[in-house]
Amino acid sequence: MRAPTPAVLGPPLSPESEKKISDALRASDEGLFVTRLEDVVAWARKNSLWPMPLGTACCAIELMATAGPRYDIARFGAERLSFSPRQADLMIVAGTVSKKMAPALRMIYDQMPEPKWVIAMGACASSGGMFRSYPTVQGVDQIVPVDVYISGCPPRPEALLYGLLLIQEKVQRRKKA
Amino acid sequence: MAIVVDRRLGLIDHLYLPGIFRGLWITLKHLFRRKFTMQYPEQRWTFPEGFRGVPALVKDQEGRVKCVACYLCQFVCPPKAITITAGEMPNKVEKYPAAFDINMLRCIYCGMCEEVCPEQAIFLTRDYEVAGSTRTGLIFDKEKLLEIGGMRPDPIMKWAAK
Repeated sequence: MRAPTPAVLGPPLSPESEKKISDALRASDEGLFVTRLEDVVAWARKNSLWPMPLGTACCAIELMATAGPRYDIARFGAERLSFSPRQADLMIVAGTVSKKMAPALRMIYDQMPEPKWVIAMGACASSGGMFRSYPTVQGVDQIVPVDVYISGCPPRPEALLYGLLLIQEKVQRRKKA
Repeated sequence: MAIVVDRRLGLIDHLYLPGIFRGLWITLKHLFRRKFTMQYPEQRWTFPEGFRGVPALVKDQEGRVKCVACYLCQFVCPPKAITITAGEMPNKVEKYPAAFDINMLRCIYCGMCEEVCPEQAIFLTRDYEVAGSTRTGLIFDKEKLLEIGGMRPDPIMKWAAK
């Protein structure tokens, strides 16, 4: 799946010139590093995600544990938990979202600059979990577009890191950006 | 009564460098301490006895699905994550689950289904990394649950004669 090519990169190469380039690459013994600008940008993005910790309940405790020294989310470049949505590009919804909280959550999402991704961490954020009740939002995907759902009540820090790896994969594929 | 202490900065404090080196010395000391961080995708945690992970269905040693669709787990499940549709066996002896879905996004890994099951057909496994990009993809059906659960030998085999 290929993202639309930005204008700065010029039109896509014709099959002849692509073949010419690949032949030249095969002929040269010296290593040549060729990539596309959008690949480099995506690589930089995925390794420096700045999460917006939207901790509304007990999942936030596991989120803090993930940021702590034992699990160390900094190994994936996401240690800069931004408490301002203006400097975040990954929203981690950790916890139960009540209907009263829902407009605030949407506002925080709208304040985040593009491109942005959302993790619904845990049962409550993903589906409402055990709170099948009238004040609880039955899944934050009713308010914001969610990229990765993580199961668990709360999920272990490893499960959150696994979800982060899925997000990184998605950023590299540039499906949404 | 508050005592006001006049802390004036001397020349050494104004240089800032001694303070910086004192801080860096602490960083340097931590470099030689025992490493605390778990390198997650490569290193895994060792489970204590009774760890509750993803629930899964099991088969006995003859490949029979142990579940008899009694609906006890569906009844007891606090978030109502389990949905069972019962089917009838051809020999009219026993029910079996024609469909058995667990919504992993509802499941809270509480282990009540394992506790209540009279046939010991549902167990909480050691898996905990369940994540995905769609909600429907995280509703595990019977095949998926049996694949996770695998086989647990049944010492009694009370259905063998039926």
